[in-house]
Amino acid sequence: MSRQRAPQLIEHVGEASIRIGRDCVNMLSFVGELSAGIMEAVKHPRKIRWKETLYYMDMCGSDALPIVMLICFLMGLILGFQAAVQMHKFGTDIFVADLVGLSIIKELGPLMVAMIATGRAGSAFAAEIGTMKVSEEIDAMETMGFVPCRFLIIPKVIAMLLAIPILTIFGDIAGIFGGFVVGSLKLEIPAIAYYNRTVVALTSANFLFGLIKSFVFAFLIAGVGCMRGFEARTDAQGVGRAATSAVVSAIFLVVVADALLTILFSMVGQ
Amino acid sequence: MNNLDKPVIEVKDLSIGYGSRVVMQNLNFSVKNGEIFIILGGSGCGKSTLLKHLIGLYPPFKGDILIHGESIVHAENGRKREIMRSFGVTYQGGALFGSLTVGENISLLLEEYTEMSKDEINKTVTEKLRLVNLDGFQDYMPAELSGGMKKRAGLARAMALNPRLLFFDEPSAGLDPISSAELDRLILNLRKEFGTTMVIVTHELDSIFSIADRVIMLDKEKKGITAEGDPRDLLNNSNNKWVKDFLSRLSLKRD
Repeated sequence: MSRQRAPQLIEHVGEASIRIGRDCVNMLSFVGELSAGIMEAVKHPRKIRWKETLYYMDMCGSDALPIVMLICFLMGLILGFQAAVQMHKFGTDIFVADLVGLSIIKELGPLMVAMIATGRAGSAFAAEIGTMKVSEEIDAMETMGFVPCRFLIIPKVIAMLLAIPILTIFGDIAGIFGGFVVGSLKLEIPAIAYYNRTVVALTSANFLFGLIKSFVFAFLIAGVGCMRGFEARTDAQGVGRAATSAVVSAIFLVVVADALLTILFSMVGQ
Repeated sequence: MNNLDKPVIEVKDLSIGYGSRVVMQNLNFSVKNGEIFIILGGSGCGKSTLLKHLIGLYPPFKGDILIHGESIVHAENGRKREIMRSFGVTYQGGALFGSLTVGENISLLLEEYTEMSKDEINKTVTEKLRLVNLDGFQDYMPAELSGGMKKRAGLARAMALNPRLLFFDEPSAGLDPISSAELDRLILNLRKEFGTTMVIVTHELDSIFSIADRVIMLDKEKKGITAEGDPRDLLNNSNNKWVKDFLSRLSLKRD
């Protein structure tokens, strides 16, 4: 029995390796195409489809603001509660402000916004491009001599690069406010003391670190969403699969990028 | 041979397919200037696949396709896009961009490739829509149009840059007989008015006998062209039983 399973296992591993290899090649070629598109857009900003870019900024940015604020506020609140229990034991209640502030600005703010953006925009981009592929709109675009990257990807990437860092700033504020609510109501820290402690704990470098992360996450989410859309099969399940795959791949890449950036920044002393 | 006598499309030893599967092989044919040329065959024989190769969307396994004397297969990307811009394509479902209005779908090409002013663009859009009997529909979204209207709007978009060559993928598919006949009349009018060369993929026999100058019949089993010529001649004089049976379905229906 185990003798029969061994070749099957090798076959599965082989197939999976080929699939992953092909995926990596596709991703590299997509990144190349996207980079060329971005360079072209930087050189000729008038050629950017600004109307579409504003539409996607609205969709990914302002439409997502309430949910981002709510989730980040709750994250700050949860973090504050968890920290308050432990810190109270040591009489270091005031340091809840440091913990909540730093965690939100450096880590949880950009990450939570990225997760929400993945669920909303990443899947929507994949579904939109996948549907266009099914209805032959991408073919039409190509035969009209247009580069689909310029029309379909660049506006989405620019919109995400502009909207996600702004959303992250709002998310950070909401998260810190969540911690402040715990500090004021549960630990009875005076508002001005909590505020002053937060200001002391947070440096502009921390803030910048979080923003750099959010830029990278925005690029990954938009890029992967569009790429999965272009890879969608033209059958009934194709678009659904593309959207699912966009979400899973983007979450994975965001977490990997987060780990790498955290290591990189810790090496430079942040 | 002057320019008008030169074939608009030349297909040489073309082998096409998906992945590693060969659908058609060693295809050789040409399309003359001003001709209504129909690619005919049963369902799943590779008509639409052939069309997608002709318009440069897929690379062939082997062979060459010349459009106005220039290879679309071997052209580098920038040049290939220019060749693609020289012809228009209408797709089965119209393939209008869903986020743009009908008018914007047409004006997009004019904005990108011409130096026309806003007023001139609007005038041209109105003209093109009038040509396909869709006057006043420029502000409609594609989702608000019927299947036949979408196809006609797609045709108006394909004609935006006044191409000398038009490709149609199953123009009559999904249309009622009246709309289908209307589209056939429109195709004949366009040829009469502008001398446009048209390559049409279809298996609608009614359309074929009303509009075709010449057809090629694709055979799934043979993976190649099984007959070529005027459809009426093929119906009356072909020695191939399959060809006669296929084409005579119409005459049987008429009896």
